[in-house]
Amino acid sequence: MKYVLALLLGLATGGVLFGIGLAYTPFFGNEQLSPLAVSDSQTLMLGYPAVTTESIVFTNDGESRVHPHPEKVLQLWEAPIRQSSVMAVVLWDSRNETAGLGIKFASTSQSTRLLDGRAIVDSVWYLYLPGRGSLFVEQTENYWDFLRDIVFPAYRSSADTWRGQWLGNMTDGPGALGTAKVTGGSGDFLGQSMLGVESMSVRAWRVDRGVLAGEGQLVIELPTHPSNDPASGDEEL
Amino acid sequence: MLKTFLVGILLGAAAAAGALYAIPAVDQYREVSIISVSPNGGNTESFHINMPMDRIMTGAPGGTARLPVGMKWPDDPVLANVRSEIFKIRNARDAVIGVAVRTVAREESVDVIDWVIHLPARGSLFINMDPVPQDGGQRIGRVQRGAREFEPLTGLVEERWVSDTSGEEDAPAGRIELVARLVGSLLPEHERAEEATE
Repeated sequence: MKYVLALLLGLATGGVLFGIGLAYTPFFGNEQLSPLAVSDSQTLMLGYPAVTTESIVFTNDGESRVHPHPEKVLQLWEAPIRQSSVMAVVLWDSRNETAGLGIKFASTSQSTRLLDGRAIVDSVWYLYLPGRGSLFVEQTENYWDFLRDIVFPAYRSSADTWRGQWLGNMTDGPGALGTAKVTGGSGDFLGQSMLGVESMSVRAWRVDRGVLAGEGQLVIELPTHPSNDPASGDEEL
Repeated sequence: MLKTFLVGILLGAAAAAGALYAIPAVDQYREVSIISVSPNGGNTESFHINMPMDRIMTGAPGGTARLPVGMKWPDDPVLANVRSEIFKIRNARDAVIGVAVRTVAREESVDVIDWVIHLPARGSLFINMDPVPQDGGQRIGRVQRGAREFEPLTGLVEERWVSDTSGEEDAPAGRIELVARLVGSLLPEHERAEEATE
């Protein structure tokens, strides 16, 4: 009997040790340097609030950790959309002025492979920038670093809260360098194909409410035109 | 007994690894796609939105009715000519299969009408509509980009409003119908982009 108990205890310990080892292995995770950080092209930088109560609308299945906002918004309870969320936000530019409207659809991905450190979310953004045109951003995001650095420590904390300074690239593809594919739909962007990267900056996260303080940022590499001055740096909207 | 415990640790770690490998962490539910083959070799798929029950958000400037209750639509003058609506989207069997956004904006007397359809288990479509409706009232749009399952596809999407004539008490007021006629593209991506620009 004592051998059976020892075996069971060993099985449980082995499972837990494997989980801890997997969660904290240093070999997994996104590149911290954005692939667009070394780009010579002009970039368009758009910020948005990562706190759902600061969004225009946020909805999901209604049973997740992050609650829909506002309270009476229609929830995504049907089976095909239950693992998805929708967020509408005001986008701001590098001067912190309103630049446009952004709507993000995100769904957990079947390409998630926890053994490879891949907690994948398939997401698309629709961006409308008045005076400029519309953009469509398609990407796969890897939340592994976010889970390891913020969510797990928050669950371990007696206050169920994580506080600190975290900045990470969320975009993991489908571009070869871990970039999102961006397509212009109208205006100045019509027919243009571009690259993009989404990142998040988080200062506080709570188990029952998600992000308490933080911002998101979309960086889009604009196509190079002969008329553009390549040395002009970040674009001013 | 210590040896048994150590063997248990190894077996436990192996079992955890095996379980993570064999059991998918995410299993997206997918409704069977209802696609018909067109005479030209492309495929046709029909979607619709029951109004008003499938409307998640209606955001517009001024005194226009806004949904959901309690939403604060930005009153910034930059967004004064932008109207955006988010819906659940259904297949031909009336089952919800995804979400969609329709945005209308006025740019120097020209309307921009864009759709994004997101079907979680399949992918997404980005459609730019012709602002001028056809004689029958319907609008035609071009697929600017498809993601995942829709990536190699191009084509047209027709949008039209169909009023409900059933007279049933709980029937929707009508529905927005979207009929996608898609064909596979043999052109490389950069050539497709050039073609779209032209």
